[in-house]
Amino acid sequence: MTEGTLLSVEDVIVDLPTPRGNLRAVDRVDLTVGAGRTLGVVGESGCGKTMLSRAILQLLPKKAKLSGRVMFDGQDLLQLSPERLRKLRGRSLAVVFQDPMTSLNPVLTIGTQLIETLQEHLELDMRAATKRSVELLAAVGIPAPEQRLMQYPHQLSGGMRQRVAIAIALSCEPKLLIADEPTTALDVTIQAQILDLLAREQRRRHMAMIIITHDLGVVAGRTDEVAVMYAGRVVERAPTPALFKKMRMPYTEALLAALPKIDAAPHTPLPAISGRPPDPTRPLKGCSFAPRCRYAWAQCQVEKPRLEEADSPGHQFACFRPIGISAGAGA
Amino acid sequence: MLGFVAQRLLYLVPVLIAVSLLTFLIASLLPGDLAYTILGDQATPEKVAALRADMGLDQPIYIRYFGWLGNVLQGDFGRSFRTGQTVLQAVTERLPISLELMVLAQVIALAIGVPLAIICAARSGGPFDRFMTGTAFGMLSVPTFLSAILLIYLFAVELRWLPATGYVPFGEDPAKNLRFMVLPALTLALAEWPGIMRVLRSDMIATLQEDYIALAKAKGLKASRILFVHALKPSSLTLVTITGINIGRLIGGAVIVETVFALPGIGRLLVGAITTRDLIILQGVVLLVGAGFVLINFIVDMLYAMLDPRIRHGHA
Repeated sequence: MTEGTLLSVEDVIVDLPTPRGNLRAVDRVDLTVGAGRTLGVVGESGCGKTMLSRAILQLLPKKAKLSGRVMFDGQDLLQLSPERLRKLRGRSLAVVFQDPMTSLNPVLTIGTQLIETLQEHLELDMRAATKRSVELLAAVGIPAPEQRLMQYPHQLSGGMRQRVAIAIALSCEPKLLIADEPTTALDVTIQAQILDLLAREQRRRHMAMIIITHDLGVVAGRTDEVAVMYAGRVVERAPTPALFKKMRMPYTEALLAALPKIDAAPHTPLPAISGRPPDPTRPLKGCSFAPRCRYAWAQCQVEKPRLEEADSPGHQFACFRPIGISAGAGA
Repeated sequence: MLGFVAQRLLYLVPVLIAVSLLTFLIASLLPGDLAYTILGDQATPEKVAALRADMGLDQPIYIRYFGWLGNVLQGDFGRSFRTGQTVLQAVTERLPISLELMVLAQVIALAIGVPLAIICAARSGGPFDRFMTGTAFGMLSVPTFLSAILLIYLFAVELRWLPATGYVPFGEDPAKNLRFMVLPALTLALAEWPGIMRVLRSDMIATLQEDYIALAKAKGLKASRILFVHALKPSSLTLVTITGINIGRLIGGAVIVETVFALPGIGRLLVGAITTRDLIILQGVVLLVGAGFVLINFIVDMLYAMLDPRIRHGHA
C-alpha cells in the first residue's frame, strides 16, 4: 500500500455456486482508491461491478465465496470480526444503492432511518440526531426537511428518495462512499442533479468515492480514475483524462461508441456491442471479449491477456490488439 | 386516516346484512317444524296451528325475517323455548369463557411461534431452522382432540399439576380459574403456533432479501435492530391476518376443546342448541358470532394500515 491509499482491493475473487456450476463473478481484481479520490467502475450488466462493490462492503450473498484482500484504512475487511465490521459500516464506509424505491424501508419514516444511523455510530441523543438529520436533508437539497422527517419513503419522488439515501450515506462523514449505479433508476433530468450532488459533497467532505455505472458518460469529468470491467475482470484502468484521450481496450471504445451523441442527426442508429458477454459459468480460454471484438485475432482466442502498463503513467489495459497499434504488429 | 376508518366501517353494513340474512335462512330452512319441536310429536294439529300463529310461523319468510331483524336491531334476539333464557343472557354468560380461552391461546401461540420464526428466518437453511420447520409440520398434523388427551394424560393424570376438566369463573378465584384454563389454552396454542411460525418465517426470509435490509446492514445497525425493527414489521401482515382468522374462529368457541375440558363456553352453547333444535338460540348466537368475526376482520384491516403506511395513504 502506498501513502494515502484508503482502499486497496487485491486479487479479489468472488465465486457464486449456481445450479449450472460455479459462477466467477469477480476474477482477480486489483484496485486502489486514494483518500479523497474518486474511482469510476464501468461495465455492462453482469460484468461483476455490483458483486465487486458488495465484496468490498462484505454484503455478498451467504453462499458466495470470496478470496483475496480488501484493505480499508489499514485493516483487512475479510479478517475483521462481525462486530468490528459493523462499527465500520455506515461510519467510515457508506453506500448508496441503485434503486431508491427499494433501498429505503417502506414502513419506517425518513427520520427514523436517518436518526438510527447517527445514534448507532455517533452516540448522539435524540435532539442532536434530529437536528443533524435536518441539516443533512437540507444539505442534499431536500426542501422543508423538518416535515420530511415524519414522512414515509412512498410519499417522496424517486429523486428525493435517492437524496435521502445519500443523506443517510453521508450522515457519519464516511471516508469512502460507494455509489452503486446511483442514477440508473432515476429520470434523466434528475440524473445530472444527483451526480452533481454526489460530486459536490465528495469534494466538500474530502471523502473518497467509487461510482459504479454502465455509463462512461457518468464518470467522464466526475472521477479521477476509471476502471473498465468485463466478465469479472478489470480490462482497462487509467486516470480519467488519459482514458478519454487515448483508450486502448476495444471494449472501452465500444462502450463509448454505444453512448448516444447529442449532436448526432435524428434517427442515427445507436452502435450496439453485438453479441453477449460470455456465460460466466463457462469461462473462455482466451480473452473474454474476443468473440465480440472486431480486432480479435488468433492469439486472443487461446490466451488471456494480462493487465499491462501502457505508455502513459497509471494507464493499464489487458489486450493483445490494443487500439492505436497497427494491425499485425502485436502487443 | 379518519376517512379510511369511516370507509371501512361503511363496508361492514352490507356484510352484516348478508350475515343476518344467511343466519336466518339457514335456521328457517332446516327441516322440521319449530312448533312440533316445541310441542312434541304428540301435539294436536290445532295446538300446533295456534302456536304457529302465535310465533308468526304462518307468515311468509320475508316478513318473518324483517320482524326478526327489527327485534334484533332493538337488542331483542329472542329467548330459548327450552330454558326461557334470552339469547343475550346465554351469550353474555358464556362469552367471557370463550374469550378468555381465545386470548390465552393466542398469547401462548404467538409467544411460541413469533420468536421461533425470527430465529429460523435469521438462520434459514441451518440445522435449527430445518428441525423447527419439520417439527411445525408434524404439529400441524396433530388433531386437537389428540393433543388435548395427551396433555390431560401428562399434566393431569401423570404429573397431577393441573386439573383435567372443569371451570371456575375468573371473578370468583383468578388463580384457580387460570389453572383450569391452562390446559385448554395450551391445546389450542399447540395447534396454532406452527401456522404462525411457518407464515412469519417465510415472510421474514423474503423480507431479508430486500434491498433495504442490505442497506440496514450497510449502515452498521445491530442484528437485533435489523431483525425486529427493519424486518419484522413489514413481514407481519400475513401474521396479523392469520391471527385475526384464529381469533375470529375462536369467538365462536372451540367446540372440541370446550367439550373435552368441560368448559361452558360459546362452543358448547352452539352444540347444545343444535342437538336440542333450539333454533332461536342457534340463529341468535350465529348472528352474534358472525358479527364478531366481521368486527375482528375490521380490526385486522386497521392493523394493516398501522403496520404499512402505504395502505393508509392509499398507495398499495
